[in-house]
Amino acid sequence: MNYFAGVDVGSAATKCAVIDDKLHVHGLGLCDSGADFKAAALAAFEQAMGLAGIERDRIKAVVATGYGRTNVDFAAERRTEIDCHARGAYHYFPRAITVIDIGGQDNKVIELDSKGRRITFSMNRKCAAGTGSFIEEMAVRLKIPLENISDLASQSRDPKVSIGSYCTVFAMTEILGKIRDGVKVEDLAHAALVSVARRVLETKAFTGEVVLSGGVVANNQIMREILADLLKVDVQLPPDPQHLGAFGAALVAAGLQGGL
Amino acid sequence: MNAEKPRAKKIASAKTMKKIMADHFLGIDAASKDPGRKVAWCTSVGPAELLQGFGFEVYYPENHSAILGATRKATEYIPYANAVGYSPDICSYLTADVGAYLQGFTPLTAAYGIESIPRPDVLVYNTNQCRDVQDWFMWYAREWGVPCLGVQTHRNVGKVTGDHVDSIAGQLRALAADLEPIAGHPLDMDRFREAVGLSRKCSELWEKVLRTGTARPSALTFFDGTIHMGPAVVLRGTQTAVDYYEELLAELQERIDQGTAAVEGERFRLYWEGMPIWGKLRPLSEQFLELQTCVVASTYCNSWIFNQLDPDKPFESMARAYTELFIVRADPVKEDYIANMCRDFSVDGIIYHDSRTCPNNTNSRYGMPQRLSKRLGAPHLTIDGDLNDLRCYSEEQARTNIEAFVEQLAQG
Repeated sequence: MNYFAGVDVGSAATKCAVIDDKLHVHGLGLCDSGADFKAAALAAFEQAMGLAGIERDRIKAVVATGYGRTNVDFAAERRTEIDCHARGAYHYFPRAITVIDIGGQDNKVIELDSKGRRITFSMNRKCAAGTGSFIEEMAVRLKIPLENISDLASQSRDPKVSIGSYCTVFAMTEILGKIRDGVKVEDLAHAALVSVARRVLETKAFTGEVVLSGGVVANNQIMREILADLLKVDVQLPPDPQHLGAFGAALVAAGLQGGL
Repeated sequence: MNAEKPRAKKIASAKTMKKIMADHFLGIDAASKDPGRKVAWCTSVGPAELLQGFGFEVYYPENHSAILGATRKATEYIPYANAVGYSPDICSYLTADVGAYLQGFTPLTAAYGIESIPRPDVLVYNTNQCRDVQDWFMWYAREWGVPCLGVQTHRNVGKVTGDHVDSIAGQLRALAADLEPIAGHPLDMDRFREAVGLSRKCSELWEKVLRTGTARPSALTFFDGTIHMGPAVVLRGTQTAVDYYEELLAELQERIDQGTAAVEGERFRLYWEGMPIWGKLRPLSEQFLELQTCVVASTYCNSWIFNQLDPDKPFESMARAYTELFIVRADPVKEDYIANMCRDFSVDGIIYHDSRTCPNNTNSRYGMPQRLSKRLGAPHLTIDGDLNDLRCYSEEQARTNIEAFVEQLAQG
């Protein structure tokens, strides 16, 4: 059996997916991107191979994607994360869909036709509002471990609490004001996630089915509910949403070797 | 991905252009130091021919600020203008130019050994570019205690009517009357007509140069155009500009005859709508070369085509030329214009530059990309950036967007 890998070097996390020629996932790797993208790519790759239980020489092709895609020197080819998230999402939902990827540094909205061809795509404007960085900063300010934000937000009993500022810095000031007014932390966590979802809402008029990907969604399952509520469309979650870009890159690798 | 970056093909005429641009700046510098000669500042699409009719040496601050941008100095000086009350959200040509002046800097020093920008005897604007040019010129008028005169344009113009033309021609005549005491003599009508005639010739040749982009493969790129438009901006109304564009056109025609591509292996052809990102011309040009994609046409480079100019009717034809400009027109006219350009140049997609501080040259904020994509069946991409303020530009995000856009074109 042949194996293929996709490495997605994102701004916050580096992901890797190892698949076989039937396109089944055998191993996933995940690590912080840190300051050395090359080392992060290798670490995620080795982790994924370890979990798949295979040696390097059995990987027939590697494709890199993400901000650090050019740093992955062991990749045969590079594709944009827009292409890879689209491919990954279409693999699981082979129909006309809109993919929303909320990553650490940016979010992407990609519209695909029924054959999986891209119709349009857009990214957030150059601002951390609407991205994972915003949630990270909020977690630091509120002194809440990042992984607890989703659970906390689920306990919110006051959905009227909202954060209206467009700018992340202003939003933080707004949160501090609400803390001063005694607003509960779980309501603030919920409001922050809604704020991120609202920035996504601005990117296009959503009509059909939506597929989510990215670390923010993977780590905050409540985002699916929030987005479904705001967008008023069917919202789907693929397996391993944080690895969807890496998986899409692995699909490209398999395609390069005639595995598709 | 290629280990070696592809390089843009050199245009041999650039050598001539460098010389005539140097002569232009050195000439103005000399005039500004000569008590017997007068210098007028003029906006890029201002009434230059009229000023030439009065014998003024004409200096274009927008060109100066574009040089600040292209030499990646603009972002450094913008904060100094912000500090004296000129917001970072307004025209970054204005803020970069004023900021550089406040710090005693000009890129003309490194380029030509010129100590400072020329002190004007009068500043003359046309608000057809924007209101910011008026504020920009007024700042210098106060700084130096010199008169600032101008033409107030019509905006959102659908069909250009006789009333529009009469109104602007009337303002130009009034302007001529106001310029007379500053010049110290009446308007030389022969000289004025000659300037209008030469501007017309320059404009016709410049249009032919740009239309070499209709060839497949294209003979030049938008990035070449942004450099070679210099004489059309600052030397229109002179024989020098006419001679230059004859030389450039001959060279590009030879490229077409020989099938020489500006972008080797041209796979896709794009239209650029909006301002250049002056400080990123080279990396953008190189990225498109790598992607074997040629930006074949733009609204921006076409903004210096004034084929309405007629030496027999200098005031009226200037009024018409400077009112039929893309920038002052209503959206339906702009959309027809872009649609025709996309058809003529056989483009596969459109890139819109949303220039943060230049709303007048940004056409992606009121649904135009979506309307035109639907009408033309061609995809679009909007890049966030700015003409001069690189703080508003995310290079990595723009690169990824462009790469993804070309991937999208490749999927058919």
